[in-house]
Formats: sequence, C-alpha cells, structure tokens
Amino acid sequence: MSERREPFTLVLAALTALMGVGALPGGADLLLLAAGLIIIGIGTGLMADRAPAWVVPLAIAGLLLALPQRLQTADPAQAGFWFAVAGVWLAAWLLVTLLARIKPPSGPAGAALKLAPALIFGVTLLWLWQTAATALQVPSVILPTPTQIGARLVSSTDVLWTDLVQTFVRGALSGFAIGCGAAILFALVVDRYAFLRRGLLPVGNFLAALPIIGTAPIFVMWFGFDWPSKSAVVVAMVFFPMLVNTVQGLTATTAMQRDLMRTYSAGWWQTLMTLRLPAAMPFVFNGLKISATLALIGAIVAEFFGSPTRGMGFRISTEVGRLQLDMVWAEIAVSALLGSAFYGFWALLERRVTFWHPSQRSR
Amino acid sequence: MKNALPILTVVAVLMALWYVAVVPMNAPWERNQAAMRGEEISFGQILTATMNQDRPVLPAPHQVLIGLYEQTLGCEAVGRRVCRATTPLNLENFLTRLNETRTSVRSLIYHGWVTLSATMLGFIFGTGAGILLAVGIVYNRAMDSSVMPWAIASQTIPIIALAPMIIVVLNSVGISGMVPKAIIAAYLSFFPVVVGMVKGLRAPDAMQMDLMKTYSASGLGVFLKLRLPTSMPYLFASLKVGIAAALVGTIVGELPVQQGGLGVRLLSGSYYGQTVQIWAALFAAAILAAGLVGIVALIERRVLARMGMAS
Repeated sequence: MSERREPFTLVLAALTALMGVGALPGGADLLLLAAGLIIIGIGTGLMADRAPAWVVPLAIAGLLLALPQRLQTADPAQAGFWFAVAGVWLAAWLLVTLLARIKPPSGPAGAALKLAPALIFGVTLLWLWQTAATALQVPSVILPTPTQIGARLVSSTDVLWTDLVQTFVRGALSGFAIGCGAAILFALVVDRYAFLRRGLLPVGNFLAALPIIGTAPIFVMWFGFDWPSKSAVVVAMVFFPMLVNTVQGLTATTAMQRDLMRTYSAGWWQTLMTLRLPAAMPFVFNGLKISATLALIGAIVAEFFGSPTRGMGFRISTEVGRLQLDMVWAEIAVSALLGSAFYGFWALLERRVTFWHPSQRSR
Repeated sequence: MKNALPILTVVAVLMALWYVAVVPMNAPWERNQAAMRGEEISFGQILTATMNQDRPVLPAPHQVLIGLYEQTLGCEAVGRRVCRATTPLNLENFLTRLNETRTSVRSLIYHGWVTLSATMLGFIFGTGAGILLAVGIVYNRAMDSSVMPWAIASQTIPIIALAPMIIVVLNSVGISGMVPKAIIAAYLSFFPVVVGMVKGLRAPDAMQMDLMKTYSASGLGVFLKLRLPTSMPYLFASLKVGIAAALVGTIVGELPVQQGGLGVRLLSGSYYGQTVQIWAALFAAAILAAGLVGIVALIERRVLARMGMAS
C-alpha cells in the first residue's frame, strides 16, 4: 500500500463504520466514535510526516476497542451490521499498516512492536469468527465460537491434561528421544564408512519423503493400543530425517580443519568431539526441529488407528463422532500450543548452542 | 550413477534384514499351532511356514509383492469370474483386467485413484493460493508483519489434527466425497509453499534490484523478470514438501468417513487383521508418493535447466 492511498483507505473504513453505526438503533455514541475515525483519517493525511508515528495507531486502537464491543450486542438483522463489521476489519488492517511503518526501536519494546501486527491480526480473526458465528447463528456442531472453545478449555483441563500426558509425554517424547538418539548413533557408524554413506543418504532421503505415517496400523497391531505403538510410529517417522541431517552435518568440516586436527595428532574420538560434532550442530538441530513437528503429528495420527480411551488423537476422533466440536477445538488449540512450544524449545537451544553459525548471527 | 552400487547394496541389506526378521516375528504363531495339534515342528518347517502365512505378523517381501499384484491386476481385484475368463494374461486380457480393476472396490488402482485425485485437486488449489499469498506478503508490509508470523508458526503445529473434524463437519452439511479431502490436502500443501515462495521472491539481492531500477523497470517487470525467476528453486523445493504433505493429508482424511481411498484400505486392513492388505496399501501409498515427488523433481530439473539454473 503506497503512502498516498492510505488516508483514502482510512476514510473508507470510517465511512463503512459510519454506515453501519447509523443504521443501529440508539447508535449515537458510535456515531461519535466513527466521526472521530474520520477526523483521524484526515489528520493522518494532512500530517503523515509530522505527527509522532505512535499517536495515530493509538487513537485507532481506542476506536477499534469501542466499536467491536458495541457490535457484540447489536442486532445482526440490521442492515448496517455487516458494514460495521467490515469497517472494523478495515480499521484493524489500517492499524497494522501504520504499525508496520514504524521503525521498531531496539530492545524489548521493539520486539513487542514487531509482534503486535501478528497479534492484532490473530485477535481480529478470532473476533470475526466470534461475531460471524453468533450473528449467523451457526450451530455449534458445525463451528463453535471461540468463547465456547475457551470455556471448554478451562472447564476440562483435567481431561486435556491426561490426553497431553498420554500423547505427548508417553507417545511423542519417548519416540522422539529413541528415534533421534538411535539416528545420531547410527549416523556416527555410517559416517565411518564412505560406502555406507553414499548408499544410505539417497535411500534415507527417499524414505523420509514417503508417507511413513501409514505404518501406524502395523505398529498398533504389533505393540498394542497403548503408547508403545505410538512411540514406535514416532521412531519410524523421525529416524530418517534425523539420520540424513546428522550424516550431512558430519561431513560439514573442511579438509583444512581436519588436517589441522591431524597435525595436532588428534584421534578419531577427539576430532569428533572437538571439531566434527560441533560443526554438525546446525544440521543436527535442523533435524531435531523437523522431528519435533513430526513427533506430535505421528503420535496424534497413530491414535486414529486405535488407542486406549485417552490421548489427543483418540479424543479428537471420538468427540468428532459425538459432534462435541468445542472439545475437538480445545484439543487442537492444546496441540498447536504444544507443537510450537516444543519446536520453540529446540529453536532456542539451537541459538544457544550454534551461536557462531552465520544464520544465528546479526539478530 | 556412481552411487548405484552403494544404493543397491543398502537396499539389498534392508531386504535381507526384512527376510530375517520375518522368521522370529511369525514363528510363535506356527509353534502355537503345532502345539495345539500336538506335533513337534522342526526349524526347517518353521522357516518355510513363516514365509507364507495367511495373516502374518510381518509379511515377507514377496508376500507384499504378490499382494500388490493380487490387489491391482490379480484375481482378488478383478474377481474370480473375470480372472478365469482372462487367464492367459495376453495384452487383450490385460486391458480387460485393467478396465475391471478401475472400478473394483477391492482394487488398489481404484483406491489409489480416489486418493490421487483428491491429492492433486487439493495440491493445485493449495499451491495456487500459497503463491498468491506469498506475492501479497512480499509486496505488502502490513501483510508481511501480520500474516507471515502465523504462516511460519503453522509449520510447527500438527494441523493434520483438524482433518477428522473437517471431514465429519463437511459430511454433516452434505459435502462429501473428494472435496473435503482436497481441502485438507490444500491446507497442508499451502503453508510450505507460502514460506518457501516468500523466501524465493525475496531472494534477489540489492544489486540485482538496483540494476532493474537503472533499467527503469516497472513493478510488474521486476516481478516477472527478476523475482519470479529467482524464486523457482525455492518454489520447487517447497512443492516437493507440499505434495508429500498433501498425500498424507488425503490419506488421514480418508480415515473418518469410509468412502474409498488408500486410507480406507489401511484402516479396514487393521480392523480385520489383514496384514498383507495393510502392507500392500502402504506400499501403494509409498509408490504414489515417490511418483508424485519424482514428477515434481523431473519438472524442476527441466525448468531449471531451461532457465540456466541447473546445478
């Protein structure tokens, strides 16, 4: 969006909001708010360069807070309702645009400013979902509202916790540890024999692209319904990506570096511990991050093929069958949080361990 | 292919390991049977018996191969009557069987086609939407700062958990068949394409952009002649990830509502303990995935060679 067109968008947002507000009964207070929006729009247009950049977003944010609240209690049958909703959406969009233009200062305030647009986008989306689902009276067996899901999250924490322990701690984590550990050890063996490396790398790459998740019914048959079968699926899923990455990482040293170690008369073990393993770390962490997402997927999908009466995958498939969609969404929310937290853990650790790598520098 | 020998060796070793594993996995059942009949069973008998069990714990590789044949062109897929009528398998009979197997619910070709069509439909829509969003993100700072973090975060969460819900909910409002599965395939291939394509469209460095400016190139010109060509390696890398993810999404999407597809073969096989059927379906899915990724890789090689970017 260019600089020139922005006030235009702003006025458009204000106008749509005004049309919506004007049609609402007793909407005089909102009329004022929308008028304020217009004034701010014109003001931005006039002194886009002079006013301190943070004033404008702040003012729009205030209006944004007021208008959606009013809409929650408004009658959706009113003609202007959807115009007002569109106005809120446009105003939020504008806020993000303005925020994105501010040069973030260094420090925590800058970090918060960088996150703000994404948060505003997320909140607006949730609000639209809530408003549309209530206004159109979508039955909760098709799409529950965010508040219903939130209420379910709070009221069934014990169930969600047992599912989390069953699926994540017992299934995914154990499989992740076994699979990644075995892959790293095996990679050390493979690395010693160039022949094995040349043969295993392409095969491993090929196998990593296959739908290994399809082995789930086989493992359920072999190891039973409880967590060992989930663990086995996760092992099968994470093994090859991890192996390929580690083997690649172990070849990441240059001939000159290895020669230097030889002049120190360092043995294989010493070279490994002081040179090759540290040099392999960026690749190893890449594998760990890929495996972290695969582990949770594997554990959840494996439960679709049979599980004890707990676990996230079990809960999702049975509650879908009972059309208790708020519970399903609650499980999905938990799995999303868990997935990004698990991934984030490895990403943070990576930053600590491989601080020397170019991809981690200059941040 | 200087790596042919090592690769073949590794595959041969894997096969040998598989055959060796078949014996201890299937032996207990044979011993039980023998004990029930009150007979002694020698090791040689166990060895041959474990290789050809009806419902083995671990089928031998040749059993899986036979299963694959039986469930595509063999009698199991086309039915006894057609099978007998077309028994010397010449070209004409082969075509008859192929025609029969296309519609048979016991045929992996039929189920594979159900899965493949949903995968492709979803993949095309997901990729198209992903590229469009990436263009938007690259050209609009507000979209970049608001949408992009969510696109990246979505890579780390198990979005496949949504699959059963999408299937069942769409089914309950009367949308069934290929479309719900295609939606799952689309959103699974969507995010990798967005992230890869944004990276690719941003790949031109400042000097290249400056050169375009000295040519006084228009915005569209910069996009078509610099950004889009530079993004191709990134696009193909994410297409390969995306199509594999789309296939997994379709298979998982076939689990809740049983309307055909490789996922259904996997699940029904596990319900009825038909291990050979599970393995055959698994291999069919693997062949499908390898084929799809292979086709994308082939197109990638042709396109990049044409553009002078082949490595």
